[in-house]
Amino acid sequence: MIKFYIALLVMGVLTQNFVLSRFLGICPFLGVSKKLNTAVGMSAAVIFVMLLATAATYPLNILLEKNGLGYLQTIVFILVIAALVQMVEIVLKKYVKSLYKALGIYLPLITTNCAVLGVVILNIDNISNYAAYSFGFGHAMMNSFAAGAGFMLAMVLFAGVRSRLETADVPKFLQGLPITLISASIVSMSFLGFGGLVEGLGLL
Amino acid sequence: MNPILLAILIVAGIGLLAGLLLAVLSKIMAVPVDEKAAEIEEILPGANCGACGFSGCAGYAAALSEGKTKETGLCAPGGNEVSAKVASLMGLAAGTVEPQAAVVHCAGCTEAASRKMIYEGVDSCRMASQLFGGDKSCTYGCVGLGDCVQVCPYDAISLCDGIAVVNTDLCRACKKCVAACPKHLISLMPKKHTQAAVMCRNHDKGALTRKACTIGCIGCTKCVRQCPVGAIGMDNNVAVVDPEKCTGCGACHAGCPTGAIRLVFEAEGPAKPALCEAAE
Repeated sequence: MIKFYIALLVMGVLTQNFVLSRFLGICPFLGVSKKLNTAVGMSAAVIFVMLLATAATYPLNILLEKNGLGYLQTIVFILVIAALVQMVEIVLKKYVKSLYKALGIYLPLITTNCAVLGVVILNIDNISNYAAYSFGFGHAMMNSFAAGAGFMLAMVLFAGVRSRLETADVPKFLQGLPITLISASIVSMSFLGFGGLVEGLGLL
Repeated sequence: MNPILLAILIVAGIGLLAGLLLAVLSKIMAVPVDEKAAEIEEILPGANCGACGFSGCAGYAAALSEGKTKETGLCAPGGNEVSAKVASLMGLAAGTVEPQAAVVHCAGCTEAASRKMIYEGVDSCRMASQLFGGDKSCTYGCVGLGDCVQVCPYDAISLCDGIAVVNTDLCRACKKCVAACPKHLISLMPKKHTQAAVMCRNHDKGALTRKACTIGCIGCTKCVRQCPVGAIGMDNNVAVVDPEKCTGCGACHAGCPTGAIRLVFEAEGPAKPALCEAAE
């Protein structure tokens, strides 16, 4: 069902954007969107970790469910994600020094990023939500990629907005974080316009 | 099995597995850390100014420990003290650091340099110089809004009557101001003894220079003829002193008709911001 894959992609990037519609990963969204290149670097790292975390936690969830331990999801997933990111960091440091330097502080930052935990838990929820489409491992990976791509889109868009804010004449009481939060809310509202896109295109 | 026990076992098992894996990986994949480089970096002043020609203090430390360079005297802010420490750590001969200080090559204070407009924009030389080259009639001179003051990590530069002045005792030759000046007016000069310096970079013809600023170099070449050691040359209508040859005798300073040549690094006391003395 290629159609369902496309639906997942459109949902993840536009209609259910992780940052702007689900409000996950707001911290890096506000923290590292000052410059375009750091925003892109952070997003690339997030996509990578999301895919990796999904690949690791999806089978793990089956193990948990089989033993009736579904309630351990959160703690086990956090543990696994943190360990994975550390592992990736060690491997990158050894073999891909340039990528390690480029990612820099972002890799450890992602360890406890709620967007990553969010995507793996939502993937588990999707199994029952999209049971009609037999949501499986491939779908989970696609969903994670779409979530990461949506994160990247939000970061890149907002980096552009913020670079315009830098030169704008902002009233003193709004300078800094206040105007950033206000503009984030406006960008978020603009994404409401994508509502119903997936259904309208007949993808679901 | 007891579900509580099973839960504990599974979580503990996963934790143990992840921990063991990480421990093993970090041993196998350990990247050797250059301890010597870390030690050298401790000694270096940490200004990350790049005066040594490497990418910051870490870059210089790495180059030293890997033997890429044997020069221990490249750190201008650290001076001879740091050079000696690094040399004793590395077993190299201590290089001597030639003491240098930055000099702003403009003396066009408010009284001397005329203005073509009143600038009321952003307080930055870089911004102001984009608007018709700044508010002074002379487009080569110091804009006087203090970009160099901002970047100086040692508070050695101050604004005095519309021009930047370096306190040569505080200056540690990190070159940050050299890079910051949009007019490229700041250069480093060896601080061995009193030196003559041409406090003007106006490349216009003499008559034009004179209209813009009363203490600009008008390119009369009198100093070139007067200098007993031949240290002064002309570069595109501006006299330039070769600091290597200059003995600091002061003949050029005495003879300069506009007062554009000044003596810097005078032996006693901190260098007076004496740039505006002609106007006073």
